[in-house]
Amino acid sequence: MSTVAEATRTVERPVSRSRRLRRSPVGRLAGKLPFWLLIAAIFVYALFPFYWAIRSAFTPESELFRTPVDYFPKHPTLANFRGALSTSVFQHALLNSTIVAGSVTLISLAIGSLAAYALGRFRFRGRSAVLYLMLSMTIFPQIAILGALYTMITDFHLYDKLGALIFTYMIFTLPFTVWVLTSFMRGLPGDLEEAAYVDGATPLQVFYKVLLPLIAPGLVTTGLLAFIAAWNEYLYALSFIQTQTKYTVPLAITNFQGKSSFQVPWGQVMAATVVVTLPLITATLILQRRILAGLTAGAVKG
Amino acid sequence: MSSVATPAPTPRRRRRRSRLERRKSRLAWLLLLPALAVVAFVAIYPLGKTVYYSFTNQEFLAGITPTKWVGLQNYRDLYHDSIFRSAIWETIKFTLITVSVEFALGLVIALVVNSNFKGRGPMRAVMLVPWAIPTVVAAQMWRWMLDDVFGVINDAGVRLHILSHAHAWISQPSTALGAVSAVDIWKTTPFVALLLLAGLQVIPKELYEAADVDGASKLQQFWRITLPLLRPAILVTLIFRTLDALRVFDVFNVFFGNRPDTQTMAIYDQSTIVGDGHVGYGSAISVAIFLIIGLFVVIYVTFVRVTDE
Repeated sequence: MSTVAEATRTVERPVSRSRRLRRSPVGRLAGKLPFWLLIAAIFVYALFPFYWAIRSAFTPESELFRTPVDYFPKHPTLANFRGALSTSVFQHALLNSTIVAGSVTLISLAIGSLAAYALGRFRFRGRSAVLYLMLSMTIFPQIAILGALYTMITDFHLYDKLGALIFTYMIFTLPFTVWVLTSFMRGLPGDLEEAAYVDGATPLQVFYKVLLPLIAPGLVTTGLLAFIAAWNEYLYALSFIQTQTKYTVPLAITNFQGKSSFQVPWGQVMAATVVVTLPLITATLILQRRILAGLTAGAVKG
Repeated sequence: MSSVATPAPTPRRRRRRSRLERRKSRLAWLLLLPALAVVAFVAIYPLGKTVYYSFTNQEFLAGITPTKWVGLQNYRDLYHDSIFRSAIWETIKFTLITVSVEFALGLVIALVVNSNFKGRGPMRAVMLVPWAIPTVVAAQMWRWMLDDVFGVINDAGVRLHILSHAHAWISQPSTALGAVSAVDIWKTTPFVALLLLAGLQVIPKELYEAADVDGASKLQQFWRITLPLLRPAILVTLIFRTLDALRVFDVFNVFFGNRPDTQTMAIYDQSTIVGDGHVGYGSAISVAIFLIIGLFVVIYVTFVRVTDE
């Protein structure tokens, strides 16, 4: 009971009301009303498009293309999901995206954690220069090197191959991984490392026996963020991939073809969007605290 | 991917013997080698190559026309290129609209979520949902909602008497930019709010208590305490959002393809290089984009320096 009272007090504080009004229960409710309305509005705004995708995915085509619009599927169906999942383009896309995002994430983590070890636990000349390089890479506009990458990929015979994407995606996943893992490395206390050195461990042993297990949560978070970035990438995929069986998920989602070429099969498209975003959302929600910490650490310190 | 993590300053350590230090420094560079090699190969070399291409008439199918050094010709053409000029303008309009709306909305949301209420945890989780959705997917979801005949926005607008009749939001030139901005605003505002929220949470509560004792109004507290102390978080957020918005590609591509009246700088560049195969001219556009984005960085950094003094 006391917690409720406390919550009420803090909530009410921003809304300035006269004291007498605040004491009466009706007044208290009226004072809180705009606040809760605002909260409700934010909830609806953030979730409605997603609700609409789910609603459209479960609505049969015949009801989807009809006015006035139904706000809830009257005859819910799985037909759209079956339709989307049975197309070979979409099946390939799920597999391709998993391969690309998975490889990019693993390579970035492997190379990135070594670099983060150097940047986070060693003191040497040029360290801050490397850090600045990595930071400037995280805001590097990918479009700025499209022309050169395009000819390089053709020269390497990677055009229209998944390898082209694994290669080019490193430009945004690796610097990001290095940067975030460095901050995790720095956050570790020095005692354990010192103790290991005293016991005669080599720096590499210290790295994978002491430090790596300690930053495991950081690896998971960083890996997830890199995976999401690679999973969502569109510009390079659109530029370097041509064959439908090599499509990644974003390409498949934008090129969905129905039975007739005149009408976008929105029911299936929405079913596909639900299928590809559910795993991302689930992972994000499970790791939300860590993701928030990883993404916002710097904004706080300035 | 906008990351704004800043590693904490290095812990000070005792001075060691120099030979050990040298050995450690060599090891550090060895550990950095793979990462630096990848960055050099995937980013720095292509950047140099792009700059070089911008002075040539390089074509994707180079066999047809032999590649020549053309000096500043591409840049001269670019200067007179009315499509590129309108693309710059379109991109800047998009950036101004989205960054300002995202900031204003994000600040309101951050202030609301920062107060103590039941359900704050779920609220923060909900805010991450739009962020995790691929931009292309978000664009498709909105394209369907904005559909001129079967779209929910027209239906709801007409039912609630906000709209007099259904609009073709995406194909009408007057509403196209607004429609595409709506997607970006929906997807990014929660993230902006989360960044600002992180900044709000480190402002000491005692300051507000003291201000209450001194009889300062809520509005005064906001202007005199919240805004000044939130300044670092605000600046970081604005910089990252601006840089992101200036290179926008995905939403515009999904909404309009290469429709001429709604091209951004990135759209025009990609269609020049990949669509038309004009690698040389496209590289000049790339360099121009790079410089324009660099200009914004310089403006922001100067602004921070000047106001800090």
